[in-house]
Order: sequence, then structure tokens, then C-alpha cells
Amino acid sequence: MLDDFMMRALLAGLAVALATGPLGCFVVWRRMAYFGDATSHAAILGVALALGFQISIFVGTLIVALLMAMIVSVMAGRGWAMDTTLGVLAHSALAFGLVAVSFLPAVRVDLTAYLFGDILAVSRMDLAIILSGSALVLGMILWRWSALLTATLNEDLAHASGLSPARERMVLTLSLAVVVAVALKIVGALLIAAMLIVPAAAARNVARTPEVMAMFAVVIGGLSVWGGLQLSLWQDTPSGPSIVVVAALIFALFTFAAALVQKRPGR
Amino acid sequence: MTLIQASGVSVHYGGRRVLFDIDFSITKGEIVTIVGPNGSGKTTLLRALLGVVPPRRGTVARARGLRVGYVPQRLHIDPGLPLPVRRFLSLPTRRSATEIAAVLARVGVPDVAGQNMTTLSGGQFQRVLLARALLMEPDILMLDEPTAGLDQPGVASFYRLIDDMRHETGCAVLSVSHDLHVVMSASDRVVCINGHICCEGTPSVVRAAPEYRALFGMGTGGALALFQHQHDHEHDHQKDDTPHAG
Repeated sequence: MLDDFMMRALLAGLAVALATGPLGCFVVWRRMAYFGDATSHAAILGVALALGFQISIFVGTLIVALLMAMIVSVMAGRGWAMDTTLGVLAHSALAFGLVAVSFLPAVRVDLTAYLFGDILAVSRMDLAIILSGSALVLGMILWRWSALLTATLNEDLAHASGLSPARERMVLTLSLAVVVAVALKIVGALLIAAMLIVPAAAARNVARTPEVMAMFAVVIGGLSVWGGLQLSLWQDTPSGPSIVVVAALIFALFTFAAALVQKRPGR
Repeated sequence: MTLIQASGVSVHYGGRRVLFDIDFSITKGEIVTIVGPNGSGKTTLLRALLGVVPPRRGTVARARGLRVGYVPQRLHIDPGLPLPVRRFLSLPTRRSATEIAAVLARVGVPDVAGQNMTTLSGGQFQRVLLARALLMEPDILMLDEPTAGLDQPGVASFYRLIDDMRHETGCAVLSVSHDLHVVMSASDRVVCINGHICCEGTPSVVRAAPEYRALFGMGTGGALALFQHQHDHEHDHQKDDTPHAG
């Protein structure tokens, strides 16, 4: 079954959707959209380092994404002007990465796969790594769910309830770095943040509790992966943008439907 | 029994000294109100006592296993987060539907369990925050300007509710306030701060203290008279007080 590249692609994509669904909800609730951008753009720098030092792409991106996530997290804790600082970090990480890749000797590196994803080229090894990374993130978030939610609502409140907001922030930071490393192959560095935000934002229209929103985000992410995969296969489009296009269409549909439903009764 | 004890505490924020030389303690069942002008470090003191901000100097000791019911000054809920009242009350510990119904009835908002937090009125919101604090079965309730944004009947009835809670559960109450005059009458002790502790004592002692006068001046005297005047009309409050009239 795993010999079929379509099956591997679908499994890998669905696994990523399982992790990005709930994590994306926290990104939306905590307004960490730029945080996601900075971390995922740093992945390109990770790719350059991995190719340069001939280590695994997963390890390279994981290390750089983790570093970037930590830097951002520490700066957020110090109360820097986040919008500007994150903007600077997100774009410079990408620029540094692209420049670094151009220095690589000999091999002509095809960046397209890293920037836009290449879901149809997922190997058995890739699949194994993506499955374990996603399982790790999903497990962490489920385990800390209630604490994460409390800390997201209000850090002082979490503290008074005997929780450590700093620890919960760390859980999210780690999860984000792992998701960036495993989603690179599926959606590409440029659009990982979109994979976090768009399904969660679409789910917000139909959910009345945080749990339902996370579940819907997973389902919408899964549908987007499936739809994007079809598009990528039949029209030979890059996989990342194709997946995000489907997700965006679902978002538009849900938002429109929610607006209609809200208007109808009694008003 | 001392619940929280702060000795020689100084707190700095971004290089600025916000609090210094604070000696403070609160015992079981005591009602203490911290008053002070804007920027005097009231909220910072509360957060230092809570353990959120580490003191630069001095120590804060909390009784072992101290359960705190905390009502923050503001609770912004991102519109992206769908949060029904009953889910909010179950954070971080799951509560049964019976427990939730009981506590909501107790704080006077029995019908809001299914409502989204963002659709509550100001008064309902504060009562739900209080309900969550009560579910912690607190040894101490810590309230940071819990009535900011409420009208005066709302303020009065909220403090009456706190007073009832304290009689029922015997918990200590530590509140931060600038609407002094409602709180003062119920307080065992008032602590007036402006970076450091200016004066403390019973409400009448503090009201007469020159340090307090220096901070709040005569302007407050006028407001005080106005408020007391309104306070005479109990029947008005009763009417506005009915929790879900609106």
C-alpha cells in the first residue's frame, strides 16, 4: 500500500493536518500568525544549512525553526513591539535562507520543492518522520489542552490556577518548530503558516466551543490536503499552493454560509 | 494564620522601579483593600503576591497549598476563540453541570451557562469571573478592580455579593480598588500605596491620614459625598440589581 506514491502523499498530508488543526487554533487565538511566518520562513535557512553540512533536511529545519521560535518567544516575553520585530525576523529569515542556498557549491538546488512543497515526492522515510512528528505534536497538545487554553485566555489567571504560562508557551514553541520541520515537504516554507491559520479561521465560523473548532480545523485541513493533492496530481500544480487554495475556498464558503445563517432568524 | 506574607519587596518593570520596601501580609478571613492612584503599583503588588512577577528584592511567601480565586482587572477574549460560559468555568479543571449551575445561580446569573463569553454584559461578565474564582474553593479571593466599567448600582451589588461569599466561605478577600468608598466600609484594613505603602489601617484611620489626603486630595471628598447620597436610595439598587432583568 505504501508503495503507491499517492497513498504516501495522502497519508503524510493528513498527518500534517492532524497536527496543524489544533496548533493552528492556538496560533489564531493567541494572534501568533507572524510568529508562524517567522518560524516557517526560517526553515529555508535550515534547508541551506542541511544541504551545506550534508545532514538530514528534517534535522536542519527543525534546529533552525526551533532557534527562531525560541528567539521570538523570548522577545515576546520581554514585551518588544511584536508586529514590527516579527515582520523583520520573518522576512530576513527567508532572505538569509535564499542567499545562503545560492552559495551552495556544485549541486544545483531546486528550491521550488522547499518553497512550495512537493507532496507527491514523499518517500517512505519522509512518511515515517512526518507521522511521528505529527503524532508528537498532537500528543503534546492533547496532553496540555486544558492548561494551554487557560494560559491562552489569561496568563495571570493560569498562574493563579497553579499553572505555568511559560511552560505552556514552550509547548507551543516546540510544537510549532516540529510542525514546520514536518510540513516543509507538504506545503513548503512559504505557506506553512497558511496551513495553520486558514483551516482554523474557517472552523471558527461553525464552532461554538474550542474543542469543536480544533476538530473542524483538522477536518478542513484534511479536506484541503485531499483536494490540493488531486489538483497537484491532475493539473501538475505545486502542492503547497494547491492545498492552501482549497483551504481558502473552504474558508470563503464557510464565512459566506455563516453570514447567511446569522442574517436569517428574526432580525 | 498568615496566607501571604511579603517582606521588603521591590519590583522593577523594564528598568523602572514600580514598588519598593513593601511589607504586607494577609491572614485567614481578613478583608484587605489596596488603594492608590493610577500607576501607583496596585496591580503590580497583586501580581507580585500572586507570584506572577518575581520581586527584585525581598520575599513573597505563600501558605503551602494556598488556593487563590483570582479575578483579573480585564479579561480580553479574542473573538477567534468561541468560549461558552460553561467551558470557561471548566478551565483548567473540569466541573460538572450541577456544580456550574449551582455556582452561576449563587452569583446571580443562572441562565448564562450556554452563552458565549463575549455576549455577556459587563455585570454578567464580572459575576462569571467571580463564579470561576469561587469554583477554586479559594482560601483567598484576589480581585483586581473587579468593578471597573460597572455603574454604581452594579458596583454596590457586586461588593454585596463578595461580602456574602466571604461570610459563607470564610475566605480572605484582597481587592485592589480606586472606587474606595464602597469597599472601605466592608474592609478590615485599607492599605494605601503609591510605589510604597503610604499608610494603612482601618478605613476611618486611612481616610483621615494626611498621606491619604495628599494622594487623593479634596476632589475625592466631593465624589464621596455624591456617592453616599446615591447610596441612600436602596430601592433603586434593588431594582437594577435583578440579575437578568435586561
